[in-house]
Order: sequence, then structure tokens, then C-alpha cells
Amino acid sequence: MTELLFALFIFTLAAFVGFEVITKVPPTLHTPLMSGSNAISGITIIGSLLITGRVESPLLTVLGVAAVTCAMINVVGGFLVTDRMLRMFRPQQREGRDGRAH
Amino acid sequence: MDVLINLSYLLASAMFIIALKRLQSPRTARSGNALGAVGMLLGIIVTLLHRDVVRYEWILLGIVLGSLIGAVMALWVRMTAMPQMVALLNGFGGAASALVAIAEMERLALHHGIAAAPGVLVGTILSSVVIGAVTFTGSVIAFGKLQELISGRPLILPFHHGWNALQAAAIVVLSVLIVLQQQTWSESLLLQLFGVVTAISALLGILLVLPIGGADMPVVISFLNSLSGLAAASTGFVLHNYLLIIAGTLVGASGFILTNIMCVAMNRSLLNVLFGGFGAEVASGVATDRVVRSTTAEDAAVILGYARSVVIVPGYGMAVAQAQHAVKKLATLLQQRGVDVKFAIHPVAGRMPGHMNVLLAEADVPYDLLYEMERINPEFEHTDVALVVGANDVVNPAARKDPTSPLYGMPILDVDRARTVIVLKRSMNPGFAGVENELFYQPNTYMLFGDARQSLEAISEALKSV
Repeated sequence: MTELLFALFIFTLAAFVGFEVITKVPPTLHTPLMSGSNAISGITIIGSLLITGRVESPLLTVLGVAAVTCAMINVVGGFLVTDRMLRMFRPQQREGRDGRAH
Repeated sequence: MDVLINLSYLLASAMFIIALKRLQSPRTARSGNALGAVGMLLGIIVTLLHRDVVRYEWILLGIVLGSLIGAVMALWVRMTAMPQMVALLNGFGGAASALVAIAEMERLALHHGIAAAPGVLVGTILSSVVIGAVTFTGSVIAFGKLQELISGRPLILPFHHGWNALQAAAIVVLSVLIVLQQQTWSESLLLQLFGVVTAISALLGILLVLPIGGADMPVVISFLNSLSGLAAASTGFVLHNYLLIIAGTLVGASGFILTNIMCVAMNRSLLNVLFGGFGAEVASGVATDRVVRSTTAEDAAVILGYARSVVIVPGYGMAVAQAQHAVKKLATLLQQRGVDVKFAIHPVAGRMPGHMNVLLAEADVPYDLLYEMERINPEFEHTDVALVVGANDVVNPAARKDPTSPLYGMPILDVDRARTVIVLKRSMNPGFAGVENELFYQPNTYMLFGDARQSLEAISEALKSV
């Protein structure tokens, strides 16, 4: 029970940090925010690794491998696609091709 | 070793927070994302050193398989298909959490028996499998809708909401029963009931998303994003792993904030989106026998070419037509003529938050030419031409003027206040909300029918001889 309480403390504090940090993300980055945070939610990989790494039963191995695969798709796919998007974001070049002023 | 592992988890948690913090600016975002990936790698590596991990061949199989599939998806997906991609990734996150929860339940039965396990643990496993399964199947349906494998129109069964309520109630009642009777009921019965809860959750995910129409997808994807984070956090509660709780909760908060922003931008509550079946009823309001003024690419080029200021308003139609590069080309031609060109982005334009921004970034439009709704709306009055590219509901003035319209109260881009409005549209079909658009019948509005990309290319071509 104390462990659950402690976990709830962490959960609550993390929620506040999350709100504080994420509200300041500009709308232009909302898609990369989603895919990037999505990759972070692939952290379930840790639970999947612990199950797959033990020798307990064939069923657990199957569940574990499936979980590792899903989590890894989430992690690798998420971080890579976010990077692909963020590479494309660039500001206006001040002395750009057309030398236009605002 | 345990201390080392836990310190590394602490470090990884900090890295995730800094990674998200760096997403606050496009300049630092890319390095932030890389930092997040490093944090994840650290978490994975130290977990492999855990004393419970005694064999690696199956782990390796999963890691290689998952990495390959993930990399192929990420590198080949088109930018216009990003909403589907994110929906699918949400789903995999949910699936991983559900699988871990199922495995943990199986382990309880295998080792000391479910009866010996603390009720809190069984309860957290149950909530973990429920959130994970709903996220998984809900995301798969969202993916199917966005990929147009299933109809984007709302699909509503008879007594749909009644069924959903019944399922939700069944999940709660069965879960409570399992926890209360865990010492009295037989192991196999408990496991069977656990299976039933899992199955109902999976069905609930499907039925929750099926009735939701395409235009509401930004809300649904954000909501599923939030759930995928909470699924990871709930796995953290099961495993007493604080890294999972922190990382999952950060994502949960992020998805929650985005859900909220999307709801505000549509002037609807989350409950209304999830249970409203918006767009299922046939278009209400004004009669349709009025005429619109249609124009040609040549005339549009003249109007645009002699304007001083042009605001381009992209919508989902731009994504469908893959027209982002054609938009950029036209914008550059106009700028070379000395026209002041800006882009106006509505929060729910497209199928996910920030969809338009990514497409325009892909076409090399600098992000500081993109204006949010609040910043651009006061400028429309002084704008010569508003060029609407495949947007509909987000520019419908009925949202401001007509209290009987289903869109009434939704914040819109005030393009109708521009001196001239040019609308690129495939046909006169109403938008996803199924609502007539007053804008098209305004005396200062010109409609240019056809595929958005072809229309834009024709305008650019004609502009050269203006």
C-alpha cells in the first residue's frame, strides 16, 4: 500500500511537470509533439524486456516477444518519424531569395 | 547493480522531461527528440543488465523485428499520412501495455497463485489491461478510418451508446468482482474472467471510435495519444517502475492538453465528440438551390497577382490533393511579385493537431509565415485576398452568425472579412460536418472547382503571364 501511495505521488508530480512543459509547445509543433511523446510512451519496452528475459513458460515468452515487438515499433517508429518531421521545420531566411521585408 | 539501474532510470526520466521542454521551439526540437531517444536507449540497456533477465535470444528477436517494422514505417510514410501513422503508433503502445499486463497476470497464477497476490496489484493489472486494450483497438479503428479502409462517416449501431455504457459497466463490475473474490474463486475462473474483461475492453475500443466522423479525428487521435501514455503509466504501477510512471504520465498529460485544445477549437466537449456522432444527421440549415460564382485559374491569377496581401488558408483538402508543394510554389511566385503572403492555420485543420504545419514544412514554407487563428483573424479585414485551399468548416461564417447551425460558436478563421475570397474546392459537397457553407455564396467569393493541386498549378502557370 505504501508503494502504491508513493507511486501516486510520482504520478501526480509528473502530471504537473507534463502540463507545465507541454502547454508551452507552440501549435506548429503539435504533430511532432504527438509522435515524439508517443515514442516516449514506448517506455513499456522495459516491462516487456523483463518478461521476455525470464525463463518461465512458453506462453509468457510468446507474450513477451509480442510486447517487445510492439513497444519497439512504437519507439523506433516514433523517434525516427519525429526526426524526419523536425528536420523540415525551418525559419524564414532573413536575407532570403526574394529579400522581402515584413 | 539495482542502484545503478535505478539511477539510470532517474537519468532517463530527466532526459524525457528535457526532451519535451526542447520541443517548445522549432530550433531546439530536433535535439530534444534525439535526447529522448538517448534516454530510451539508456533505459533499454540498463534493463538488459537486470538480474531477472537471463536470456537474450527472444529479446533480440523482438527488438530486431520491432525496429525493422518501425523504421520502415517511419522512413516511408508520406507526410500527408502522418495522422494514420500516429494512430498506429498509439495502437502499438497500447498493445504493448496490454500484453505486459496479461503476462503479469499469468505470472501471478504461475508463481504463488492469484489468491496470494495483493488486491492492489490485481487491481492495477486490471486497469492496465483495460486501458491498453481500449487504446489498441480504438487506434486500429482510427487508423482504418484515416486510411479509408473503413468509412470515415460516423457508423452508429442501434442503441450504440447503450451498448457502450453496458460494456463499460461490465468491465467495472467484473474487475471489482475479481479483486473482491480473488481468494474464494478458483484460479481458472479468475483467469477466464480476466480474459472476458480484456475482450470487452477490446470491443469497447472499437465501438467507441466507430461512430466518430473524420473531422473529429484530431480530438480522437489526441485522446488515444493520452490513453497510450496512461497505459504506459499503468504498467509502471503494476511493475512499481517509476520511469514508466513518469514517462507515461508526461505523455498522458501531453495528449490531454492536445485533446483539450482540439475540443476548444471545435467548441465541443470531449464527451460530445465521443458520444455525439457529429455529422451523422443530414445537413441542416439553408437551402441549396442558390448559385455560387465560379471562376477560372486565369481570373484567379489576375486577382492574386494584383493583390497587396494574400492569406492562404489550407485545410484537409490540401492534404488529400498532396497540394502542399503547389501551394508553396504559388506563394513564392506571389512573393516575387511583392505580394505579402501569410498562411492562416486553424487548430483543427486537417486530421490531427499541427497536420497543416508539417505539410507546409515539408514543402519548405518557413514556419514564421504560419499564423495561428488568434493572430491572423484581426488581419483579414485588411487582406486583399483570402485563398482557401480545401478548408471548409473552419472558415464557415455560420459559426459566428447562425445560432441554428451545428457549427455555431466554433472559433473560425474570419476569411469572409477579406476583400476577396477565392475557394479551391473539389465540388459543392458539404464539409465533413455536413453543413452548408455560407461563405461560398458571398458576393465577394469566387469558387475555383477542381483538384486543389491542379488548380494551384494552373494559377501559378497563368500568373507568369499576368
